[in-house]
Amino acid sequence: MAEKIATRGAYGEAIVALAEKYPALVVLDADLSGATMTKAFSKAYPERFFNMGIAEANMMGVAAGLATCGKMPFTNTFAMFAAGRAFEQVRNSIAYPRLNVKVIGSHGGLSVGEDGATHQCVEDFGTMSTIPGMLVLNPCDGHEMRLAVEALLNYEGPAYMRLGRLAVETVTDTIEGYRFELGKGVTLRDGSDVTIAATGLTVQMALTAAQQLSGEGISARVLDMHTIKPLDTELILKAAQETGCIVTSEEHNIYNGLGSAVAAYLSEVCPTPVVRHGVEDVFGRSGKAPAVLEAYGISPAGIIEKVKKALRLKK
Amino acid sequence: MDKKQLAITATKARLLALDMVHTAASGHIGGSLSALDALTVLYFNKMRVDPSNPRSLGRDRFVLSKGHCSPALYATLALRGFFPVEACKLFRSIEGHMSGHAEMHHVPGVDMSTGSLGQGISVAVGMALAGKVDAKDYRVYTLLGDGECQEGQVWEAAMAAAKYKLDNLCAIIDHNGLQIDGSNDEVMPIMPLDKKFEAFNWNVLTVNGHDYEALDAVYDRAASFNNGRPTVIIMETIKGKGVSYMENDPGWHGKAPNDEQYALAVAELEAYLKELEG
Repeated sequence: MAEKIATRGAYGEAIVALAEKYPALVVLDADLSGATMTKAFSKAYPERFFNMGIAEANMMGVAAGLATCGKMPFTNTFAMFAAGRAFEQVRNSIAYPRLNVKVIGSHGGLSVGEDGATHQCVEDFGTMSTIPGMLVLNPCDGHEMRLAVEALLNYEGPAYMRLGRLAVETVTDTIEGYRFELGKGVTLRDGSDVTIAATGLTVQMALTAAQQLSGEGISARVLDMHTIKPLDTELILKAAQETGCIVTSEEHNIYNGLGSAVAAYLSEVCPTPVVRHGVEDVFGRSGKAPAVLEAYGISPAGIIEKVKKALRLKK
Repeated sequence: MDKKQLAITATKARLLALDMVHTAASGHIGGSLSALDALTVLYFNKMRVDPSNPRSLGRDRFVLSKGHCSPALYATLALRGFFPVEACKLFRSIEGHMSGHAEMHHVPGVDMSTGSLGQGISVAVGMALAGKVDAKDYRVYTLLGDGECQEGQVWEAAMAAAKYKLDNLCAIIDHNGLQIDGSNDEVMPIMPLDKKFEAFNWNVLTVNGHDYEALDAVYDRAASFNNGRPTVIIMETIKGKGVSYMENDPGWHGKAPNDEQYALAVAELEAYLKELEG
């Protein structure tokens, strides 16, 4: 039985596990340490943990100041507040001066569930990607998240990473030849008729969809795009050339996320049908996370529908 | 430096700031002139900085939270020897990297890039926090505008500084009473600032921001507190100080003088300089 853990859970374990190896790592939270999973770090390393209270704008600035003094701050709050409320602090106090701060946005996407639309951030890839020089990550499972955290600790510069609330099946640990590298997507399943480029929890959905499609004689390639920005253009171009059409899949507005980036890139170098699977420019609502995802078509069935559309466009 | 030397240096800095804004035909002169006496005393008499090693780890740090007053900071740093005075000719020019708001990567001696109001004080809190965590003895200074205190983030930072007992932090408020659209009172009243900061558990000091001896003493007083509280110095100043037709006129917040106005300002400051050096 594969491990099932939320990426926020794996993140919380990873920062504790890596704290000794990276003494400059300091962790800031905005009164959500139980939810963002930084509580274990706060207990293990209280002198390196700062609870900044419900004041995200100030938290970003304090992290910037710590970074100018050689610390490697990881700021933690919900994606909504990191990439939304504190957008301009991230832009002007962290990204413009290129300070070594990692902005972590937990509870990204609709899978927040019961808390509803005010807390379901479907815009974070867009706001963070539009900042010049910003690295934007969205690992899909616990295994990938642990690798991403260490990669971020070895990356000098500003970055944003989304974490998910919902427990998801770990899939990347059993993929042969899997290797994590910032900015490089991973081919999780090969295929020749269509490519599904997914990120975060839709990666697992894409694998399920590909399995179902194979029963219908459709060979779908599945790419795990853990890095939204910079886009792995080499991998995307190869997929476009070899499979002739692409479906992007993300728990994000179809505007300004992975789908927009893939479509924009391909239109410039190799016009190819791209169909975007994601949240179709609407706000979410309350409900159990799986039910909310289902209600907005964020499901293997939703991906299959887009694959059929892409295949029609290809002809 | 003694009082006279400080006055001479501040006057030269005023001339340089005016030259920058006039050459660029843009920039924020009013608030630069109001802050220049405080900056001169700070950089020439108080801060432990080494112009030949601007990033030394043990240095005192300064964050210009009112980042638009970069002419004052750049002029002070140039006169302090961080870079040649001639470099200021490229202020706000595409030919150089001396950005309109304070810029840390291209201007030696600038400790943080600022410009968006309310953000610098948070960064100063982070620097002071790092000093406490690492048991370093450097001090962190940050200069805010009075209008800037309308930003909510200032008060988030004030809470955090008190929580972490940052008595190595000193915020200076340039209280000239004016902002772009008019007086603080017309736009959005901020008083009483002293009671606000007291309520946020800070030490509060007040000073005449154009009295060199008082400034010299107030920085020492701020550094002498050993009570686990950050200190704010509320500095009474005159916007446009030193150029009589600019003084107390919010119209000079972000406007450059034309050639005639510039000549008038230079004549006034040079006459004062001559008198001081006389």
